[in-house]
Amino acid sequence: MSQFAINIIFVGGSFLLYILIAIWAKAGSTKDFYVAGGGVHPVTNGMAIGADWMSAASFISMAGLIAAGGYANSTFLMGWTGGYVLLAMLLAPYLRKFGKFTVPEFIGDRFYSKNARLVAVICLIVASVTYVIGQMAGAGVAFSRFLEVDATLGLMIAAVVVFMYAVMGGMKGITYTQVAQYCVLIIAYTIPAVFISLQLTGNPLPPLGLFSTHADSGLPILEKLNQVITDLGFNSYTADIDNKLNMVLFTLSLMIGTAGLPHVIIRFFTVPKVADARWSAGWALVFIALLYLTAPAVASMARLNLMTTIYPDGTDAAPILYEERPNWVKEWEVTGLIKFEDLNNDGRIQHYNASESFQPEAEARGWAGNELTVNRDILVLANPEIANLPGWVIGLIAAGGLAAALSTAAGLLLAISSAVSHDLIKGSINPNITEKGELLAARISMAVAIVVATWLGANPPGFAAQVVALAFGIAAASLFPALMMGIFSKRVNNVGAIAGMLSGLAFTLIYIFVYKGWLFIPGTANLPDTPENWVLGISPLSIGAVGAIVNFAVAFVVSNATEEPPVEIQELVESVRYPRGAGQAQDH
Amino acid sequence: MSGHSYDAENYWKANLRLIFGSLIVWAVVSYGCAILLRPMLAGISVGGTDLGFWFAQQGSILAFIALIFHYAWRMNKIDEKFGVHEE
Repeated sequence: MSQFAINIIFVGGSFLLYILIAIWAKAGSTKDFYVAGGGVHPVTNGMAIGADWMSAASFISMAGLIAAGGYANSTFLMGWTGGYVLLAMLLAPYLRKFGKFTVPEFIGDRFYSKNARLVAVICLIVASVTYVIGQMAGAGVAFSRFLEVDATLGLMIAAVVVFMYAVMGGMKGITYTQVAQYCVLIIAYTIPAVFISLQLTGNPLPPLGLFSTHADSGLPILEKLNQVITDLGFNSYTADIDNKLNMVLFTLSLMIGTAGLPHVIIRFFTVPKVADARWSAGWALVFIALLYLTAPAVASMARLNLMTTIYPDGTDAAPILYEERPNWVKEWEVTGLIKFEDLNNDGRIQHYNASESFQPEAEARGWAGNELTVNRDILVLANPEIANLPGWVIGLIAAGGLAAALSTAAGLLLAISSAVSHDLIKGSINPNITEKGELLAARISMAVAIVVATWLGANPPGFAAQVVALAFGIAAASLFPALMMGIFSKRVNNVGAIAGMLSGLAFTLIYIFVYKGWLFIPGTANLPDTPENWVLGISPLSIGAVGAIVNFAVAFVVSNATEEPPVEIQELVESVRYPRGAGQAQDH
Repeated sequence: MSGHSYDAENYWKANLRLIFGSLIVWAVVSYGCAILLRPMLAGISVGGTDLGFWFAQQGSILAFIALIFHYAWRMNKIDEKFGVHEE
């Protein structure tokens, strides 16, 4: 059977499963549509959160980022998991007790202000739309590589599938497809990793393999990797870095950004009790950690594999001939994600860090520059091919990559459509809308959101990669502080909260735009985006954490200078703090 | 739940204490051991590298999981003790 047929079977089979779930889990009420009826088991919800959270970025890109940056990019591992500690202790249980359907709804009620709710809706939509573009674009790439269809056609197929379960089933359909998608993606991610860990270290568990001995050389894997890459002029994989302030702030921004992302928060509204919201945060992190503990092992082992493929006789010997390159290099060359250029015309692939300090050695060996560029994103996708694994593993990776992209896209689309139908339409435009009318409005908003997301995925704006930083910056600087103050302070009032959100947001956006260009329009940046120009060495990607501090500070100062919130609001804060009565609160 | 009864206040204080303690551990394993204190832990080697690297790529994630389950378990006890648990 051809690889193409295998891929079709795996991807087609997984899509069929999602559609069957859609038919089984049809939403009958707004409660079904927004919070899956509110009766999801915490372990089930944990698994759904895992798929909701782990996007194309986690599945496809993260291991490549770590492979390229080594220790310095551990920030992604800590940042994208540490946020769950904040969610479990600072937000999820109380927002579940509040028992409404959306994040802006809490902000609107707690700060007794339609304007506050509107600001929250705008933040939510901007953060979620920027995020969804990446998912749809990721799905397009997976389609074009594995199913040999045009990326746009692939996107449309994906959109139809998401349409079926998200529009029909709402949160209910999304929950159970996310559970299935989690299973697909985690199996797809771990199987190649187990094989590679076995091949290199003899240990079947990748997280243990990462810290064990490389079978061929007798050295620990990480020591061997350091040796190989420093021989070729690259930075040591495990080396410490100098700019610790930026590393701390970047990690913190990812953590509070994670905790403030609405599509993750609303998943906690689907469990029956406050205690379940706490447990499901724990289970979510267990399911996420299965991938996040595997990723750093994949990163270092795949990088070592790549290097030993190019330098089969060691770094002191000549690299392989281009004519003798393995099959997977040929296949990825077609996509343009691996490029080779024979600069010194010797027919061999020289892959090294062409830096100034390495120049003398490169000249002595007759090298005229680095000849191989490998796109970081192919690391996970090409992993089974690099390790010579059977065809069905490649089919599995294709289905897994699509599961990761589609499950996150569906969660984001639900966050967007519920903000439109529940916060804008029912909350502002037409408060007297019937239950049936709101359900229809929710379905229509979902359908429109899918069309917009598909179009943006097919025509991604040039700044797609940068806007993901924007999504985290917005969530960190606006939504997270507002939600936290709404629960932990009775003193923060409507004026303070709005002033805080707007100043945190403005501060963050301005800092990003100064270095990245205003609204990301090329050529409009005021300062070059390089470490020498950053204030105190803080990268624009790390500024969300500082924006959050600005938000907190402004909200407290303004609130203390103005009237304290009315008694009924203070009682509302009191009530979200105590779990008893969460069941009834949800039927509003 | 209404009013500002003595118990309700102590319940909230117990929650805040637990959160505070948990977040100290949260910060120490990630910002401490994995980033700022890494040079101090450089002497302790773990599988070809040092303890700080292990915390950055593995230890902090394991600690986060333990923290959340510990918090959930302790809070359930505290809920019951103060009689604010759900039926």
